[in-house]
Amino acid sequence: MITLSINNTRIQVPEGTSILKAAELIGVKIPTLCFLENYEAKGACRVCLVEVKGIKNPVTSCSMPVAEGMEVFTHSQAVRKSRKFVVELLLSEHDGDCKTCLRNDDCELKALAMELGIDRVHFEGERALKLIDDSTPALIRDSGKCIKCRRCITVCNEVQSVGSLYPQGRGFQSSIGPAFAHMLNSVTCVQCGQCAAVCPVGAIVERDHIEDVWRALDNPDKFVIVQTAPAIRAALGECFDYEPGTLVTGKMVTALRQLGFKKVFDTNFAADLTILEEGTELLHRLKKTLVEKKEAFLPQFTSCSPGWINYMEFNFPEYLNHISTCKSPQQMFGALAKTFYAEKIGVLPENITVVSVMPCTAKKYEAQRPEMFQNGIQDVDYVLTTRELGRMIKQAGIDFRSLPDGEMDTPMGISSGAADIFANSGGVMEAAIRTVYEIVTGRELPTENLHVKPLMGLEGIKKASLKIEGTKPDWSFLEGVELHVGVVHSLGNARELMEAIQNGEQFHFVEVMTCPGGCIGGGGQPRYTNDEVRLKRIEAIYREDEGKSLRKSHQNEAILKLYAEYLKEPLGEMSHRLLHTHYREKEQLGF
Amino acid sequence: METANKTGIQSSATDEEIIQHLDRVIQESREKPGALIPLLQLTQKMYGYLPEAAIKKISRELKIPFSEVAGIVGFYSFFSTVPKGRNVVRVCQGTACYVRGGNEVLSAMKNELKIGVGETTKDREFSLEVGRCFGACGLAPVVMINNDVIQRVKPSKIAESLKVYRVKP
Repeated sequence: MITLSINNTRIQVPEGTSILKAAELIGVKIPTLCFLENYEAKGACRVCLVEVKGIKNPVTSCSMPVAEGMEVFTHSQAVRKSRKFVVELLLSEHDGDCKTCLRNDDCELKALAMELGIDRVHFEGERALKLIDDSTPALIRDSGKCIKCRRCITVCNEVQSVGSLYPQGRGFQSSIGPAFAHMLNSVTCVQCGQCAAVCPVGAIVERDHIEDVWRALDNPDKFVIVQTAPAIRAALGECFDYEPGTLVTGKMVTALRQLGFKKVFDTNFAADLTILEEGTELLHRLKKTLVEKKEAFLPQFTSCSPGWINYMEFNFPEYLNHISTCKSPQQMFGALAKTFYAEKIGVLPENITVVSVMPCTAKKYEAQRPEMFQNGIQDVDYVLTTRELGRMIKQAGIDFRSLPDGEMDTPMGISSGAADIFANSGGVMEAAIRTVYEIVTGRELPTENLHVKPLMGLEGIKKASLKIEGTKPDWSFLEGVELHVGVVHSLGNARELMEAIQNGEQFHFVEVMTCPGGCIGGGGQPRYTNDEVRLKRIEAIYREDEGKSLRKSHQNEAILKLYAEYLKEPLGEMSHRLLHTHYREKEQLGF
Repeated sequence: METANKTGIQSSATDEEIIQHLDRVIQESREKPGALIPLLQLTQKMYGYLPEAAIKKISRELKIPFSEVAGIVGFYSFFSTVPKGRNVVRVCQGTACYVRGGNEVLSAMKNELKIGVGETTKDREFSLEVGRCFGACGLAPVVMINNDVIQRVKPSKIAESLKVYRVKP
């Protein structure tokens, strides 16, 4: 242990701790615009400067390890002066207009300028080169606003192993972006938006679809319905100053109704449907390999996460046959809304507008994929991120915190707890196991509270094995089979697992979520998301699941009725037409 | 070229030898950290600049993202992604050369070649660059043409200095 003093308070911390971290332990917050937890400090923004007795110049506390007897001052006059100087320099280069910036209400640079009491910028001169990249359906980059903190580079390279962003050029002319003058749509960007989630300013933001949604709501000829992903209910509250991990399902429903949506439905409904389709698909693949002894392309990978689909299409095209052919819940919902539901209410599909609220930016990309149209009609018309929904509710003057709880509409608003947990890493797998185990054995999954413990939590790569015994006659070929499953979140972990699979590691079923923690940590969620926030949101999701009497997808009456009335059976002809898709290799600039 | 010599290649090597060498170096260094810059140097030696296709190949072979390789190419001023002239003229703008008239030498060079810094003459004879100290401050102001150091350059003598590098008519 190392003993040092921070602002005259003595503290003992393990060797190798940074000054920044040590200060946090005694409740002193040192501002930073570039530091990212769990990753090596870059020291790029220079905002976290502190004074260390005996060292002439201020040091960056994020990258400076503590030393025995060190005396640190975090807010002395000299520190305040240097910090102000650094932030003024950043502001002098920053080409942005706060009044019209999407980050107006959560810009870290703006908040810091305020905190430091900067009332004018003493430097005038050249500004950063302003180039707008609006080449993708999900993200917009503005190099003028970029302060080159490099957080996006850490997430794009180290967290996601995507490698689309890197510093280009040098000195004042340098910019952050893809190689040379390429735009995001010509490189292997998966549009996960993790860069937008960590950007301290408005240099990378989601493509805003609020105006499109207002226009649809204002159009009397359109029957506008909305679906909300499971991860929204555990995060939307943060847009209205609720603590992370506050469940706001009921208020969210009321707010959506007040915004003018004709029906408030749940992506959860389609998540339950996904379990039946994808679970059946897995059983078919197992049968094919165990009974027919034919190649069945195992492991089967989940297909809910569009960033992951992009990643596979770019990086592992030889494994595309392994990805479940199920469309994601968002797209299953859209397809059913414009067929099954349209027929049910007697409205032409072209007059129905489907709006999704997603924790995700890649969902904006997914919705406009050519595979996601039927007879020229787009299954999902507009995708809003959680942040956009928060803004829209504010635009409508709705006092969110005082709203009464509402209930989702039937039938596409009915869902099980198994659907809720699609929001976090391990959840899709657990939901599938709850159903598949019961179908195969006729018994309930014999685990505590129906959870699969080894698959829960924030560990990067999680594995579990489940021995199947006491099978029903139809499934006797599975008797004694040990089912190996894997769960990963963030694409860096996905790459590691893919390489293990290439090297012969065996799995039957693998769940992949693109973002750290799963969808609750998605690129479209309220900022700022760190592990503490992720864990709180996950806890909320499990609370939602455990609070329901309906906990298994195959017991959702609305889904059973959908099969009886319309789809007939999982993987049937109708399902294939509406709920399944295919993938294609995409050659773009990446690795 | 000094950059190429560090990689163990003789400046008289033929393209074929360089390609063979490049492939061999890629095979040997695929998994090793630090292989990128020598490979880029070799490639630049082969083509006279770094074509995008070559950068892509190196990125794929070394499993380093294309954006990162491009970032490194853009960072070091010795790398160029545009074709270079047969002769590379570098005018030193380091402190010693600057105070002894390096800037006037650069202006005169621009006028003589009728190109700006980072550009190549239409006949592909000359490219113009600036240097940041060649370590010959005692001879300031200094211009390097290819591997030759021209010392105590006078703006008025530039046309004559260039003459020997032009293709004989």
